[in-house]
Amino acid sequence: MSVHQHHLRAQRAMGAYVVTSLILGALVVSFFRIQVLSSEDWVLRAASNRIRTLPVPAPRGTIYDRNGEIIADNVPGYSVTVLPGPIDSVRATLARMSEHMDLPPERIEQIVARLRRFGREVVIDSDADFEVVSALEERRTDFPGIYVDMRPRRRYLLSEAGGHVTGYVGEVTASELATPTFPDSAYDAGMIVGKIGIERQYERALQGQQGIRYVEFDARGRIVGDFAGVETRPAVPGRDLYLNIDMHLQEWVHEIFPDSMSGALVALDPEDGGVLALYSAPGYDPNLFIGGIDDETWALLNNDERKPLFDRAVLGRYAPASTWKLASAGIALDLGVVTPDEVMPEPCTGSWYWGNRSWGCWNRQGHGYNNLAQAIGNSCDVYFYQLGLRVGLGRLIERSTQIGFDKRCGVDLPQESRGEFPDAPAWYERQFGYRPTEGEALNLAIGQGPNAQTPLKMAQFYVALARDGSAPAPSIARDAPVGSGWELDLAPEHIAALREGLRRVTAPGGTAHFGTALEYWDVFGKTGTGQNTLSVRGEAKDHAWFAGLAGPPGEPPEIVVVALVEYGESGGQVAAPLVAKTADFYLRRKYGIPTVQVQTYREHIMTGPVPAWYRERFPQARRVAPEPTPIPPPTLPIGSLIPRDTLPAGGR
Amino acid sequence: MIDLLDRWSVDRPLVLALFVLSLFGIALIYSAGQVYIPNPVTADAWIRQCVWFLIALIAFSMIARVPLRWIEWVAGPAYVVSVVLLAVTLVIGEGRGTATGVKSWLSIGPVGFQPAEVAKLATILALAQLLSARESALMSLRELVAPGSLVALPLALVMLQPDLGTAMAFVGILFAMLYWAATPVWLLMLVASPVLGLFLAYDTRVWSVYILFVIGFLVLYRYKLFLFESVAVVLANFATATLSGPLWNSLAPYQRNRILVYLNPEVDPRGAGYQVIQSKVAVGSGEFWGQGFTSGSQKRLDFLPEQHTDFIFSVVGEELGFVGTTLAILAFGYVLTRLVRLAARAESPFAGLVLLGIFGAWLVHIFVNIGMTVGVVPITGIPLPFVSYGGTFLLMSWVAVAIAVRVAHERA
Repeated sequence: MSVHQHHLRAQRAMGAYVVTSLILGALVVSFFRIQVLSSEDWVLRAASNRIRTLPVPAPRGTIYDRNGEIIADNVPGYSVTVLPGPIDSVRATLARMSEHMDLPPERIEQIVARLRRFGREVVIDSDADFEVVSALEERRTDFPGIYVDMRPRRRYLLSEAGGHVTGYVGEVTASELATPTFPDSAYDAGMIVGKIGIERQYERALQGQQGIRYVEFDARGRIVGDFAGVETRPAVPGRDLYLNIDMHLQEWVHEIFPDSMSGALVALDPEDGGVLALYSAPGYDPNLFIGGIDDETWALLNNDERKPLFDRAVLGRYAPASTWKLASAGIALDLGVVTPDEVMPEPCTGSWYWGNRSWGCWNRQGHGYNNLAQAIGNSCDVYFYQLGLRVGLGRLIERSTQIGFDKRCGVDLPQESRGEFPDAPAWYERQFGYRPTEGEALNLAIGQGPNAQTPLKMAQFYVALARDGSAPAPSIARDAPVGSGWELDLAPEHIAALREGLRRVTAPGGTAHFGTALEYWDVFGKTGTGQNTLSVRGEAKDHAWFAGLAGPPGEPPEIVVVALVEYGESGGQVAAPLVAKTADFYLRRKYGIPTVQVQTYREHIMTGPVPAWYRERFPQARRVAPEPTPIPPPTLPIGSLIPRDTLPAGGR
Repeated sequence: MIDLLDRWSVDRPLVLALFVLSLFGIALIYSAGQVYIPNPVTADAWIRQCVWFLIALIAFSMIARVPLRWIEWVAGPAYVVSVVLLAVTLVIGEGRGTATGVKSWLSIGPVGFQPAEVAKLATILALAQLLSARESALMSLRELVAPGSLVALPLALVMLQPDLGTAMAFVGILFAMLYWAATPVWLLMLVASPVLGLFLAYDTRVWSVYILFVIGFLVLYRYKLFLFESVAVVLANFATATLSGPLWNSLAPYQRNRILVYLNPEVDPRGAGYQVIQSKVAVGSGEFWGQGFTSGSQKRLDFLPEQHTDFIFSVVGEELGFVGTTLAILAFGYVLTRLVRLAARAESPFAGLVLLGIFGAWLVHIFVNIGMTVGVVPITGIPLPFVSYGGTFLLMSWVAVAIAVRVAHERA
C-alpha cells in the first residue's frame, strides 16, 4: 500500500468528502432546527430579552380647598430606579453611585435584598436632587441597570398648617400590600400611596391607574429607548378632590395658635357638617415625608415630647368638662324633664347636699336660683346636679349613646378615636367593678365622670345647637359619603334657650366676653376646664376648652368652632379668643370684609382705645378693663404622655 | 483580463471563493459594529480588517509564486522556530481582545501576532515532509509515534496557554494528514479511543460496554497489531478512564461550567450559559430570511458576546437567517472539498499532505466555531477563518491559501 497510489487517493478523497458533508450537514440541520422549526420560541425570547415593562406612575389627583385653591398638587421630580440584574454587578453599580449620592452601605444592602425578594425594579430615590440626576446621566455607561425618570412629586402647599388634614404619601410597604386596601389588581411594590390623612382616606380615587411603558434595553441594562412595537399603556391620572376645608382659614388657625401650646381647633360649617378647618398643634410639614423621610427628621418628629404627629383634633380624647353641660341640657329638654324657663327648686349656695354627701359648685359663692339659660351662663353645677337627677342615670346614658358620645363621628379620615362614655349602666361594673348609683348621673351631668371626647366630637355636638338639633357627620371632602348623623328632638324654643345660655357666657359680664366680642359677629359659646391626670395632682394646669357658634347678629350661626388648649387653664381666656378669631376670619372672608389682625375686644383695648363699635354692639357693658394674662406662658409638663385624660374630670 | 486573474490566483475557484468569504467577513464585521450604544473599538474594526485583507492579498501574491523547493526547505526551520516562539509565548506572551486571560500573543513593536497560527502552518509543512518521505503507509502504533510527537509538541505548548480551540486544530491537522498518508481508519480510531473513553467514563456502565467493544476489536484483529501495542491501547483506555474523575476535579470551575453548560445551557443562564443562550436567541430570531443586514436586534443591543470575532456567525444567523447560514456553510463546504479535490489531483505526495493538513485545520475551525453558535459544540475561543475579525489570523489564513495553491499546481 502506498500513499501515491492513484486509486487509493480517490478512495481517501471520497472519505474526506463524506466526513465534510456529514459535519457541515449536521451544522445545517442544527440551524434548521433553531431558525425554522423552533424559531418562534427564540423570537419570543429575543423580545423578552430586551423589552421590559416599567411602571409609569399616574399623577396623583390634585386636592383643592372649598374655594378651588390648591392644597396639594404635583411638581416634576426625578426618581432613580435600579433594575434587577446579577446581584454582584448591581452591588458594584450601587457602590459606584454612592460617590454621587447619599447611599450608605446599609441602604445598598436593603436595596439588594428588595431586588432579590421582589425580582423587579426598586426605587433608590424617588425624589433625587437635580445635581445627582445630572451626575448620573453624565456617566450613564458607568451605571448599567440604573434609570432616571421624571415622576410627579407631591407638594403640600399648606405645609405645617395642614399636615394633619392632608396626611402624606409614601412608598407602599409589603405589609400594606397584603391588606385588602391595596388589592393586587391596582397596586404594585414601589408605588407611592397615601399613608395617612386625606391622602389615605381617598387613596383609591387620588391614585389613578399606573401606566406601563415598554422599554428596550441593551445587554448591559442601558435604556435604548421606548419600544416601538407595543403601545405603551398611558397612566390614568388620579381624580381631583375638593375639600370643605378653607385653606386660608386653616393657615390662619396655624398662625394664631400659640406656638408654645399644644391642642386642637375644629371649625365646622353647621349647614352641612363640612369641616372648614381641622388643626392640631403642634403640626408637622407633610412635605418632609416626600421621597422618604430621613432618619434624623423622623427621629426628631417621633421623639418630640409634644407629639407633632399626633392628631389631637380627631385622636386626642379630653374630658369635655362644662362644654358637655349643653348635652345634659339638650337631653333633659328632649325628654321634657325640664322646661327652659323652669327654675330648679334648690338654689345654688356653692354646694348641694345629696345622697349623704356634699356636691360642690365651682363657685363657692353660689349662683342662687337659675333657669336653664342662666345655669348655662353661670355654668352652675348645682343646677345641673338636679337636672341630672331628673334625667336619671339610665336615661342619661341611653340618650348620650344615641347622640353618639361613645362612638366615632364618622369623619372621612382613616383614623378617629371613639368617644369614651358608658354605653350602659352595666359598663361601670365591667370597667370599675361596682354597681353605679344615681350619683353617677350627677357627675355625668356636669361633664365629669368617665367621659372623654375628641375636639371633633364636641364640635359635631355644637353643630346640632347651631342647627335644629340634628348634626350630620363632619366631612372633609366635599362629596364625602355623608355618614349617619344624629338628632336631638328639640323644639325651636329649646334651641333658643340653649343658645341664650351660650350667649350669656360671651355677653358682657360672662366669663368669655372680652376674648370673644367682635365688631361684626355674634359669638356664643361655652367654656370648659378639663382636669387631667397631671392637673389633678397639681403638676400642671387644666385643659382649656371653648366651643362656640358664630354668625351675623340675629342670624343663625354660620360657623361652629371648638378649641382645646392643653394645659391652657382658662377656657375663657385662652381657648375662647382662638374660637372668636377663627370665626371672625372666616366670616369676614365670607362676607367680603377685609380681614384684620386685631379682632377681639381684648386685643383692641390691649393695643389702643376702646373701639367705637364696641359701645354700639354692647351698650349695656360697663367699661371694665379685662383681666391681664391674655396668653399663658408655656406650661408643658415634662414627661407628659399623649393626652388621653379620662378620669377624673371637673367642671367650672 | 480573465487570463491575468487566472494567473494571479493560480487556483481561481478556491481563491475566488475565499476572496468572497473574506469580503463577506468584512461586511459582517461592519455590521457587528453597528450597535445602539456605539463602541469606538468595534465600530471601526471593519476598516482595520480591510487593511489587513490588503496586506494578506499582497502576501498571497508573493508566496503563491515562490519556488516549491523554498517551501520544502523552510518547513523544518519554520517548525523549530515556531515551537521556540510558542515556548517563549508561555513566558512573555500576553492576552488580547477576546481572551485576555490566555497568553497567546507576542508583540513585535506595534504589531502583535499569535505564534500558534504560524505553528499550525509550520507543523503542516513539517509533517507533510515527514510523511511524504515514507514509502509505505503507517500500519502500526509504533510507526505513529514520530508523526504524533511532531504534532504533540506544539499542541502541548498551545494547551498550556491554554488555548483549547487551537489545540483541537492541531488534532485535526494530525488526523487529516495521517488519513491522507493511507493510515488505516481503524488504527486512527484506536488512537482516538482513550480520548473517547475519557468522556464516556462519566458513566461506568457506558464505559464498560465501550471497553469491551475495544478489547473485542483488538482480539478479533490481533494479527494487525503487535501484542504490546494492543496492551498499550487497553492500558491507555483504563488510564484515561481512571483519570477522568481527578481530571474533572482539577478543572477550574469556569471550565467545568463550560462543559456542563454545553450539556444544558440553562443551568447557568447568566453565567457560563449566557453566551450560548444569547447566541441561540440571536440565531433563532433570525428565522428563515433573517432580520436584514445590520439590523439584528440582539446584536444591536449588545446581547451577543464577541460578535465581531468568535460569535460572528451568530450575526449571520440573526441578520441573514437560515438562508444566510446555509449559504455560508455551503461556501465553506465548497472551499473544503476544493482542497480535497486539489489534493487528489496533486502530483506530489507532499502537496496532497499539505492540502489535507490545511483542510483538517479549517474543518476544525469551521465546525467548532459555527457549531458553538448553536450549542452543538462547547464554547472554545476559536475564530472562523476569513470571516472573524483578526488581522494576523486573516493574514496567516491567506498565507495558507498561497501555500495550498502553490503546492497544488506544482508540476512534478
